[in-house]
Amino acid sequence: MITERVIDELNKKLSGKIKNLFRKNDRRLYVDIDKKDIVESARILYQEFKARFSIATGLDTFKGIEILYHFSLDRQGGIFISLRVLIEDKNNPEIESLSGLFKASEWIEREIYEMLGVNFKGHPELKRLLLADDWPEGKYPLRKDFVSEKGLPENE
Amino acid sequence: MSKKIIPIGPYHPIQEEPEFFKLYVEGETVVDIDIEVGYNHRGIEKLSESKMFEQSIFLVERICGICSTSHPFACVNALEDLAGIELTDRTKYIRSIIGELERIHSHYLWLGLAGHFLGYNTVWMWSWKYREPILDILEEITGNRNHYSMMKVGGVRRDIKQEQIPLIDKMLDEVQKANDLFRGAVMDDPVIHARTKGVGVLKNEEAIDYGALGPIARASGYAIDVRKDDPYAAYDMVDWNICVLPEGDIFAKLVVRILEVYESIKIIRQCLSKLKNSSSVFDLNIKDIPPGEGIGRHEAPRGEVFHYFRSDGSNRPVRHKVRAPSFMNVPTNKAAVIGCSVSDATITLAAVDPCYCCTERVLAYDKKSHTQLYSASDLIKLSQEKTARLRKEL
Repeated sequence: MITERVIDELNKKLSGKIKNLFRKNDRRLYVDIDKKDIVESARILYQEFKARFSIATGLDTFKGIEILYHFSLDRQGGIFISLRVLIEDKNNPEIESLSGLFKASEWIEREIYEMLGVNFKGHPELKRLLLADDWPEGKYPLRKDFVSEKGLPENE
Repeated sequence: MSKKIIPIGPYHPIQEEPEFFKLYVEGETVVDIDIEVGYNHRGIEKLSESKMFEQSIFLVERICGICSTSHPFACVNALEDLAGIELTDRTKYIRSIIGELERIHSHYLWLGLAGHFLGYNTVWMWSWKYREPILDILEEITGNRNHYSMMKVGGVRRDIKQEQIPLIDKMLDEVQKANDLFRGAVMDDPVIHARTKGVGVLKNEEAIDYGALGPIARASGYAIDVRKDDPYAAYDMVDWNICVLPEGDIFAKLVVRILEVYESIKIIRQCLSKLKNSSSVFDLNIKDIPPGEGIGRHEAPRGEVFHYFRSDGSNRPVRHKVRAPSFMNVPTNKAAVIGCSVSDATITLAAVDPCYCCTERVLAYDKKSHTQLYSASDLIKLSQEKTARLRKEL
């Protein structure tokens, strides 16, 4: 089976980095890693597995800010690998940027930066992507404690 | 020579996706580009967290007006991935038919705009004319010309009835003939070759670097297609091919889209013939979504649409992430447009098909004196004049 082969290869090439590997089904793998290993793990997936960086998802959870980096093994059975990273410090979340590996991550890192307040270290142009210029600093709309009535810019 | 800035956008009444391109030009050549988005940010991801799962599907349908089934399609794929639902064959065929009808009309919409920007208004009129019967068939099947509301978790909302199949067949014959016409118009016209070959090239390695998707990637020799790679609905039950071209220029992007229409027709025909013999169940009546995570993908006309759901077992998602293909494709303009002349920039930016028609808002002005150099329609005229000039020369 191609999924077993990919899991074996992941265990080999990412050895020591995988905290947990969850096989949701044959085409969806979730790999928990430490946040310090993200750049190296993404590099291995991108360069050695020839995976395509599809997108990243940022979530606000009770334990901290969680980021899922979704990689697609397009011509290898369509297996979708999601690297899961947890940033525990919610007050000052920081993680290395992947923009040194591929340009595909530049926009989504800007989006997570403005929506969840994560600082991507090493990003060439970390500024707002979607939010308006007059959106107040320090208000992150996708945080669970965000209250939409407060602090929004007034309608003109 | 001093550097000038040409701002394009952000608003245009025809299309639904305002973007702002700032072209830096030296003389006639584009030397740099800034892209700004966010003028149409509606907070759908945040809003979806306050909706029930079945409402989310309607909500994401409103993201795009042209490829309006792409988002619900990926959305139900994600929820079915989360809940581990196995669909009936009939559902799969109907979903694929809707998805492919949409691909044809979306490609024709783009072809019309591309023709207009190049000064081929006949192509524009024709392709929009032949787009009409497709919308009529969608109305016949779903009740709506757009925003079909066909997708629901575990099924589709309406069946395709036996007596509707001949109507669809007849329409497909017409579309096939029209597509032969378009293929001839593009392949045999020396002026289109002169305007589009070698223009706005996105190299293969750039496509990989930017994570380009859909026809943009396939025209750069990057053979990705979710329908083949991660098959869903009926795409692994019918016979079809991925269209890939290595050149990466506007011509390749034109040809890839025209060839894809043939593949779409092929898929629809096979689905229709299999529909006749499949069981009659088209909806499983799924009500509850269990806790967990799900990822759904769909190959929209413009590339891979991505949806991610996390559920805690309640009736609302904890997180709903949406990624449209243009999110990855629009930054590729940075690679494709630099080095083009201003008259080629219009078609190069449009070739990405980012639901883009900000072109009529194009203004060029001197940064210091703020005097206007080119008005909105001047830029389209510039592009059309270049075609006319080439036509005379050939």
